[in-house]
Amino acid sequence: MNWFWYASPQTFYPLAGRVAPWFGGAALLLALAGLYTGFFVAPTDAQQGEVYRIIYIHVPAAWMSMFIYLVMAVWAALGLAFNTRLSGMMATALAPTGALFTFIALWTGSLWGRPTWGTYWVWDARLTSELVLLFLYFGFIALQAAIDDPRRADRAGALLAIVGAVNIPIIHYSVVWWNTLHQGASVSVTKGASMQSQMLAAMLLMALAFWMYSIAVTLVRVRCIIREREG
Amino acid sequence: MSDYGFYLWGSYAVTFVLLFVEIIFLMKRKREAKA
Repeated sequence: MNWFWYASPQTFYPLAGRVAPWFGGAALLLALAGLYTGFFVAPTDAQQGEVYRIIYIHVPAAWMSMFIYLVMAVWAALGLAFNTRLSGMMATALAPTGALFTFIALWTGSLWGRPTWGTYWVWDARLTSELVLLFLYFGFIALQAAIDDPRRADRAGALLAIVGAVNIPIIHYSVVWWNTLHQGASVSVTKGASMQSQMLAAMLLMALAFWMYSIAVTLVRVRCIIREREG
Repeated sequence: MSDYGFYLWGSYAVTFVLLFVEIIFLMKRKREAKA
């Protein structure tokens, strides 16, 4: 398979149309499995009670908010380096979904914080850097919308996306570098998971569901962008 | 659950409403792009 064949918007358009429904279907099935596991299989938390089940959307949404930004920055960098039209379109298509997951992470974190910490919001490093991520997404979307020429908008947005990527390790390591109210990571590549296995399974299923959802809506959106820009 | 229902269901409801709204806007954009 020649992957460079799909670097052109005209050849990527039909491929995106063929695979998007499959990703959408996978997202739905994984979400149903994740919600069933999270609500009917995973036990009640000994300390937090039922309210801990917010983590099944909070943690996957937070992961997606950072992952989508990194993918957006990579597409933006590819667009700057190789001047490919599809790269800018992909970055543009990813931003609204990334912003949405960032907002969901902040919203659900706030609703989890009130009963467990006693407050909806604190200006600690994790929460503040995640809020900065939301503003970076808004800035990227607003900057692109403010420039009429799409190719110039892509280049301007790309610079912001690449510079803003420095915020991702800051979010990730904020709980290590600073003394935050937000707890440390419950799941680590090196240390494994510090949570019950059924809870972990539900969280990973929801993370996969959000991932598949993001791919599906991004592919549909990039098809719209290709049509709008190139007819 | 009764004490914390607002926080739990408030999280899930807003999440799924927002995802649904994104899909609705996307379908509208898709129709307009094809027109």
